[in-house]
Amino acid sequence: MSTGTAAPGTLRLPDKAGVLGAVRRGGWTLGIYLVLLGLIIYTWILNPRYGLDTLAMAALPLAFAAAAQAVVVISGGIDLSVGAMMALTSVTAAVLMKDASPEAAVGILILVLLLGIAVGMVNGALVVITRVPDIVVTLAMAYVWAGTALLVLDRPGGGAADWVKDIVKGNVFDLVPRATIILLVVVGVVWLPLRRSRLGLSLYALGSDPLAAFRSGVSVRRTKIASYAICGFFAAAGGLALVGTTGIGTPTTGDYTLKAVAAIVLGGVSLSGGRGGLLGPIAAAYVLAIIRADLVFMGVDPNYSTMIQGGIMVLVVMVAAYLELRRRRR
Amino acid sequence: MTTSQGTSMPTQSSLLSAGAWRRRLRDQPVIPLILLLAALVLLLQIVQPGIVKADWVSSTIKFATPLAILAACQTLVMLTGGIDLSVAAVASLAGYVAASQSTTFGEPIGIAIALGAATLVGLVNGLGIGFLRVQPLIMTLAIGLVMGGFLPIYQVLVVSSGAAVPVLIGGLFGGTTIGIVPNSLFVFLPIAALILFGLRRFGYGRLLYAVGDNESAARLAGVRIRAVLVVAYAISGLLAGVAGLALTGVSSAATIALADPYLLPSVAAVVIGGTSIFGGRGGYLGSIIGALILTVLVSLMTVLKAPQEVRQIVFGAIILVVAAAYTRVTSES
Repeated sequence: MSTGTAAPGTLRLPDKAGVLGAVRRGGWTLGIYLVLLGLIIYTWILNPRYGLDTLAMAALPLAFAAAAQAVVVISGGIDLSVGAMMALTSVTAAVLMKDASPEAAVGILILVLLLGIAVGMVNGALVVITRVPDIVVTLAMAYVWAGTALLVLDRPGGGAADWVKDIVKGNVFDLVPRATIILLVVVGVVWLPLRRSRLGLSLYALGSDPLAAFRSGVSVRRTKIASYAICGFFAAAGGLALVGTTGIGTPTTGDYTLKAVAAIVLGGVSLSGGRGGLLGPIAAAYVLAIIRADLVFMGVDPNYSTMIQGGIMVLVVMVAAYLELRRRRR
Repeated sequence: MTTSQGTSMPTQSSLLSAGAWRRRLRDQPVIPLILLLAALVLLLQIVQPGIVKADWVSSTIKFATPLAILAACQTLVMLTGGIDLSVAAVASLAGYVAASQSTTFGEPIGIAIALGAATLVGLVNGLGIGFLRVQPLIMTLAIGLVMGGFLPIYQVLVVSSGAAVPVLIGGLFGGTTIGIVPNSLFVFLPIAALILFGLRRFGYGRLLYAVGDNESAARLAGVRIRAVLVVAYAISGLLAGVAGLALTGVSSAATIALADPYLLPSVAAVVIGGTSIFGGRGGYLGSIIGALILTVLVSLMTVLKAPQEVRQIVFGAIILVVAAAYTRVTSES
């Protein structure tokens, strides 16, 4: 490659290089979907009455959390406050919705999603302004958002409008779980146009090489803040999913931050940024949820499931790292 | 180094002195940190006059010890550019294993089993990170999950033998000598001295910095990166085990999730202490003071009767402000 000037050429280059990469990326995503399919069939053998809607409901919050984490990691950051943002948005929604009319609930949902974007933008702005590593800023902000969530609601409570609870339950045409449709619609409406847009390209460019991105005219600061804002949006969707599936708001949401990191790694997102998509992590969230269900059906002590999930993760990342190592040596 | 200083000094003495200050601040962040610690103690004394006494110092040191040891794990691996998110699970593991095995095999063997298990977990981390090049964040996170899942199972397995805090551990980490000197110092000071001295003077200590500063350069210089990483994570595991024992001693309780709340503070203490999360820069002294700052901060907020939520927010804000101030100082020079 000459050190020439043609900006359009440099813009198109990653696309071409991506063709080879896409096979590999696509391979991984395809693999995780095959694993998911295999697990679903296995689950039906174990328990023919197992409904996919149960799986979709159980996986919904984690799937959104994984989408949130994936966007930030693709653009070269990491957000350790995803779980705390989910807690904050879920309690805010539950408190506001407790005695609200069904119509008002629509406004509340939009408000909470906007809150998520705002919270994410604060994270991103702090990363940009302080120039402290992403992992440290979001670690610190995880305390702040978790504390704020406790200020809003100090114990599980609040409520949800009935339609919010119904919307995630059951199947459409007895076939496709509603929760899956919601997930795909929300992710599709936000992510698909975005990925095609200039901002989407900037996100990937920033993740694969910040300096090259800067020299190609990407506004590094604005893109970084945007990535955290999108992350905040998906985290808020995850918080709403918690309210919808449980009917209440919970100020301490368990370990969604770390589980989301696990899901994106299983889903083929490279932690060093620039590679991966959202479909893989979403499938990985389903895989993690269905493994838990399978272990229950197999009569395994639920305590084992965390260990087995962790063990699977260790194996997968080790195999992936080994393959990467061999590829690089060749 | 001295020659370059000598040549540039006469021309731009004022600029250089500012730069030199900054460099000193960057290499020795300890002085402002001690000032921050002193300010917090002073604030505590103002808020509740008379609280800062010998026995307060004693109990603060006692409670800061487990965190300071966990911060040692984090410091060592962060110097190589890594992170160890399994320290909390490993610490809980060691504390609980020691408590349960001591009732069967006696305390010395029980403690040895616990520390052995902790080192083994660290070794597994190191093998994955060193040989398979798994990202440290992911490897230690996953191993932490495995251990966190293993503990409830283990608890059921050993339910017949029960778990009691070993007397030795209780006395060593919970007790005091002549009523005022916390016994934990007798364990902590040698460990701290070894780490502080080792990082500066031992060949291995310098290798940790070399690997974290520039891995390819270190490799070209003939450093066996894999071995350095494996040993670093194994030591981190061992130290996490010691921290777990300390925690059971301090809290005189052995439960399977005892150390969980210490995971993020252990990272925070190191960050406050000025060790770069990208590796190659920092030291243990800062982490120790970072652990003390966090401990004093907690007691300050207890005195202020600040509710849990406010504590968390202040905690996060402090980490961010210190890290930001630190970045400003280092990046402008």
